[in-house]
Amino acid sequence: MHRLLDNRNVLGLLFMLPAGALLIVFLTYPLGLGTWLGFTDAKIGRPGEWIGAENFTYLFGDSVARLSLFNTFFYTFVASILKFALGLWLALLLNKNLPFKAFLRAIVLLPFIVPTALSAIAFWWMYDSQFSVISWTLSKMGIIDRYIDFLGEPWLARFSTIAANVWRGVPFVAITLLAGLQTVPPSLYEAAALDGATEWQKFWHVTLPMLTPIIAVVMTFSVLFTFTDFQLIYVLTRGGPLNATHLMATLSFQRAIPGGALGEGAALATSMVPFLLAAILFSYFGLQRRAWQQGAADK
Amino acid sequence: MSNMKRRDFLKATAGVAAGAAAPMIWMKDAHAQQWSNVPEKGAKLRVLRWSRFVQGDIDQYMVNVKKFTDKYGIDVRVDNESWEDVRPKAAVAANTGAGPDIILGTNDDADLYPDKLLDVTDLANYLGKKYGGWYPVCEAYLRPDGKKWIGIPLGAAGSMMVYRESQLKAAGYDSFPKDTDNFLKMMKALKDKGTPGGFALGHATGDANTWCHWLVWAFGGEMVDKSGKVVIDSPETIKALDYSKELYATFIPGTLSWLDPSNNKVFLDGQISVTNNGISIYYAAKNSKDPKVAALAADINHAQYPVGPSGSATAFHLFLNQMIFKYTKYPKAAKEFIRFMMEDEQYGAWMQAGIGYVAQPLAAYAKNPIWTVDPKHTPYRDVLMNMRPAGYDGKLGYASAGALADFIIVDMVAEAASGSKPPKEAAAAAQKRAERYYKV
Repeated sequence: MHRLLDNRNVLGLLFMLPAGALLIVFLTYPLGLGTWLGFTDAKIGRPGEWIGAENFTYLFGDSVARLSLFNTFFYTFVASILKFALGLWLALLLNKNLPFKAFLRAIVLLPFIVPTALSAIAFWWMYDSQFSVISWTLSKMGIIDRYIDFLGEPWLARFSTIAANVWRGVPFVAITLLAGLQTVPPSLYEAAALDGATEWQKFWHVTLPMLTPIIAVVMTFSVLFTFTDFQLIYVLTRGGPLNATHLMATLSFQRAIPGGALGEGAALATSMVPFLLAAILFSYFGLQRRAWQQGAADK
Repeated sequence: MSNMKRRDFLKATAGVAAGAAAPMIWMKDAHAQQWSNVPEKGAKLRVLRWSRFVQGDIDQYMVNVKKFTDKYGIDVRVDNESWEDVRPKAAVAANTGAGPDIILGTNDDADLYPDKLLDVTDLANYLGKKYGGWYPVCEAYLRPDGKKWIGIPLGAAGSMMVYRESQLKAAGYDSFPKDTDNFLKMMKALKDKGTPGGFALGHATGDANTWCHWLVWAFGGEMVDKSGKVVIDSPETIKALDYSKELYATFIPGTLSWLDPSNNKVFLDGQISVTNNGISIYYAAKNSKDPKVAALAADINHAQYPVGPSGSATAFHLFLNQMIFKYTKYPKAAKEFIRFMMEDEQYGAWMQAGIGYVAQPLAAYAKNPIWTVDPKHTPYRDVLMNMRPAGYDGKLGYASAGALADFIIVDMVAEAASGSKPPKEAAAAAQKRAERYYKV
């Protein structure tokens, strides 16, 4: 027994056991179960039979499911780009020597700290078709004569939900990138300055390449969060108007729980996995290539 | 309960009960309706129910529970969940065979797992005979095979027309129109007066579903026929959708994004003259501390949905049931609990405390004073009388639950009303979507 415990491998395994057990119970098992359910005709209150890929072919022919796929991509794509651009910009600003630096940095994090459900309710009021403070202000200023129906017009609703998502997501990107910015050695900027580089050249040839690894990580997370967003949509629109803002996550819930079609909902949720995996692989094998980062050609 | 009291009910409900129960049988059985059931020794019960819409509901419910505990010595634990969360929890309980003994569910919950529920036919018969019979819609929900009762109806949270008397008067209407043609005319007149109405067209589980189903039914459309064949794409539905376009033109802007709370907020802010809702708007106004809102209460009134070309008064409401799960260790205690809660002493008091938010499933309770103490309550009295289930005219189950949860009818009406699709296309799209559910 003693000798067994002295063995580094056995001991290591023992120490890993709790973490491993947690992962298996709370991650692997639910994921596996969800995937399995996606291949059954399980209904709420009734265990399912294996039906192969029927749920998936069924969903493929479903106009609402296809629309939700489009919505999810559109939502993720636009929101991620905006979050990245605004986040980077904010990080660069915060990296400067501003007065009240610590205070400002703390404030920037606020949208990220507030529980999504709460901030979503605030947005719900701001977008309200009768009580919107935005519409109220604009109409008082005489710019519009009719309240904007932020969540009533399909395209407007898509952009309104994206705006709320961006507002919430920017701080995460900004603060993480700010941390990255602070790891860039000042000597590199000095060298660049000595070579007569402009601000833009410094950014393009020093800051950005040095930031790439952290950008890869933060954007992977950002894409994952956005792709699987649920709360915001659920509070703001429940997928309406006319399903224009239904994401795969919200539709999956709607079908599985209130609708009772557990198998179909699980299939819809499982369909998200390949896209999420692709996003992760892209960041690992694409953005993290060392050679590419250092400006060399790809091998 | 004394014989005298029973006879009072008999007299009181003879009219209402026609069509629901056979009064003759009930007379004959007047003495046979003894309820004999002895709860198990040492029984304990767990009840899961939807959380209150009005405070009085839960207060009185708990008073009744305590009375039950005092009388039978059975402990009852009551948990509350938001009504939309009860469905998944009840389903999990059914699926795993463990959980609360009794669950107060909604709509077609019981039809999703009829085999998991205790047969309560004896109790349903006892209560039905004693209190003037169940309204027909109860059987659609809880007696799916026409023989066995799989749950005991609790009632329905009604949705009715809520309107401003003064604004209707200003538009030339002394009372709320009784048919769809005049209703449309009134809506146009209200819009011209600058006091439009508004009905939710977003994914509002309660408000949008109730009025959109009424609209389709009023014109004779229905989701499925008796055999379960999807027939939503019909000339009747298209007529309803044509009508919805004209109606939508009279709405206040923005109803496409409305969720359940939206019309309450807008109505109480004085921006709309008509909408559909539970009795909650009226009570919010009545109890408001803001004198402006409180003043609204005098001006608010309620009405039944107008009758359309189909000629029959129809409406959809949130149906409430009580299910006992087969896995319970104390089936007799559970039955006794539901019986106790449904008896006049308890149920009547509970209805009053609930200020008319929940309407009775038993005809005799239409006599409850809550419906007449304020004439504005009266329209909510007949909620179950004209009610249909969402999957009308087919059987209830996974297909009807799925189609309702997927907002097929609401989306169809919203598409046609807003002009994003011509009525024909909207109906065809709904047909296709519904067929996927009813194929199984």
